[in-house]
Amino acid sequence: MKRTRIVRNVSLGVENLLLHKLRSFLTMLGVVFGVGSVVAMLSVGEGASQEALEQIRKLGSNNILISSIKPTEENANSTNPSFMSIYGLTYADQNRIDTGFRDIRRSVPVKAMRKDSRLGGRSLELRVVGTTSAWFDVVPRQVVAGRVLLPRDQTHRSPVAVLTEFGARKLLATEGTIGQSFRIGGDTFEIVGIVRSESGQAGSIQVPDQEVDVYIPIEVAQSYFGDVFTKRSSGTFIRERVELHQIIVEVDRTEAVEAVASGIGTMLKRFHKKADYIISIPLALLQEAEATKRRFNIVLGSIAGISLLVGGIGIMNIMLASVTERTREIGIRRAIGAKKMQILVQFLIETVVLSTVGGLIGLGIGVLIPFLITYFSGMPTVITLSGILLPISISLTIGLIFGIYPATRAAGVDPIVALRHE
Amino acid sequence: MKPSEADLSEWIRLDQARKSYRMGGQQVHALAGVSVSFSRGDFWAIMGPSGSGKSTLMNVLGCLDRLTSGKYLLDGRDVSRLSDDVRSEIRLRRIGFIFQSFHLIPQLTVQRNIELPLHYLGWDEEKSSVRARELAERVGLSERLHHRPAELSGGQMQRVAIARALANDPQIIVADEPTGNLDTTTGAQILELLAQLHRQGKTILMVTHEPDIAKHAEKRLYMVDGKIDWDRSMAP
Repeated sequence: MKRTRIVRNVSLGVENLLLHKLRSFLTMLGVVFGVGSVVAMLSVGEGASQEALEQIRKLGSNNILISSIKPTEENANSTNPSFMSIYGLTYADQNRIDTGFRDIRRSVPVKAMRKDSRLGGRSLELRVVGTTSAWFDVVPRQVVAGRVLLPRDQTHRSPVAVLTEFGARKLLATEGTIGQSFRIGGDTFEIVGIVRSESGQAGSIQVPDQEVDVYIPIEVAQSYFGDVFTKRSSGTFIRERVELHQIIVEVDRTEAVEAVASGIGTMLKRFHKKADYIISIPLALLQEAEATKRRFNIVLGSIAGISLLVGGIGIMNIMLASVTERTREIGIRRAIGAKKMQILVQFLIETVVLSTVGGLIGLGIGVLIPFLITYFSGMPTVITLSGILLPISISLTIGLIFGIYPATRAAGVDPIVALRHE
Repeated sequence: MKPSEADLSEWIRLDQARKSYRMGGQQVHALAGVSVSFSRGDFWAIMGPSGSGKSTLMNVLGCLDRLTSGKYLLDGRDVSRLSDDVRSEIRLRRIGFIFQSFHLIPQLTVQRNIELPLHYLGWDEEKSSVRARELAERVGLSERLHHRPAELSGGQMQRVAIARALANDPQIIVADEPTGNLDTTTGAQILELLAQLHRQGKTILMVTHEPDIAKHAEKRLYMVDGKIDWDRSMAP
């Protein structure tokens, strides 16, 4: 009973608004543009930030990345040709990490070096990544052909290699190439698989993969290529001894990430005199990115708020004029027996209908714009549920707030005066 | 008929009713102590020159206006100083208004205008529609249900207004110069409708300044300067 009365009141309000189609349309224009711009801006902003967040997520929110870096003070001595700088993470570090912390699920050592490779008549400089089978568990990668590294490759010290799709294409390696041998540096390896790489940049952290990666068991990398690397830089050779270039630690629970990271930091500080390593936490980056997104949304929200405010004032203005214009109607309704509250509700409903319909039209425009942006510029845009519900509920609220004053004025009309009103 | 002892036939009774308001810094006494009672089923014409207070009397009797002092007893209940909501409720359930300039809502169809009181009574659409058609037939306008007031003649508009006034089946019909904007022939038809309603038992209070029109009523009340001029009033 009560529900049907509301439906009836709303349909009467709509009927009334339809009597002045142009005026009603112009009245809701402010809200249309307000809501339209909010929805469009939110979806463009959401698209941009989701792209960034996706990159960070690829690093794994439960992961900690510890990378070797060359301490800055070493550079001063680098002119000495016989000098060898020794820095970075060590096998002992990984051991201590593996054994010293409770919440660690697994840790993956990484030894990376650049080597020339040759397959058939093609050659390519690859980034050789000596790692363990766990590498492929930490960041799951799609297997294009063959298999990934397995624990038995490590125990048998098998000279096997897993290529990335990009590197494989450059070397003209296909599914049929699996099982064939190819050369890295001066040594022969068997190609056992091809995987898709998860490349990209997330904030200041390089996502572990590069497109020219080739994965081999770390034991093999160590025994074949050793720990000393020679780099050529501006005509001189620099010799460096680095045991591990990176250790990726996967933590059991997201809540433990920060504690484990600071524990590892404390431990490493004890064993490293120089700051030759850096700990990065994708989770922290993620949180930072999310905070940035929140700030961005607040700015957008304020702009949207102002435009909706203007739209609301526009509606209020027209509704006030409408109340004056319909004074006699109000008088008639009152004489017939309508209570003040019923007149108030009648006008309030009209305002809410105006602002809500305006909001819906604005939503349509706001959804169309990002679609066009994506279509023509390829920029990613994302329309979220909250990006739709928020403007709609705001336009409804705007209708209520800016409808109250005109509706109160309507309800306050003295029927005796109103009936004399021409 | 001077007010006397409480009488069961005194269905509507004003007792020393006063209504005054300030206009341009001056105190105006629209009703300066009116005491009168009307019985159930009466047909009264309320007459008097403009400014005599007859319109104010109508508004008070129709529960649109409140008294400054004195009493208005409707069916034994003092309604002179009730709240706005309660007076609205009384208007909705017991009173039907007919105005000189019809006062139909221009954007609504004839049917919707007639249904207006039913809307506020909370009737559902189907029932209201049946009732509206019934009433339109009664005032001879079944063909015009879906027209808007602007498409009707003055007489037809007043018939719609009467149908609307009857929608809530009121006990009292308050008519303010119902024929004032109509030609003589149409006016006579409207008066005949009112007479019919009177015969059906409705109490009719009609304001007019034309003696010819007032003749159709059973009883006459003559107002001068906010008071009743009993010498010129007539109550058979």
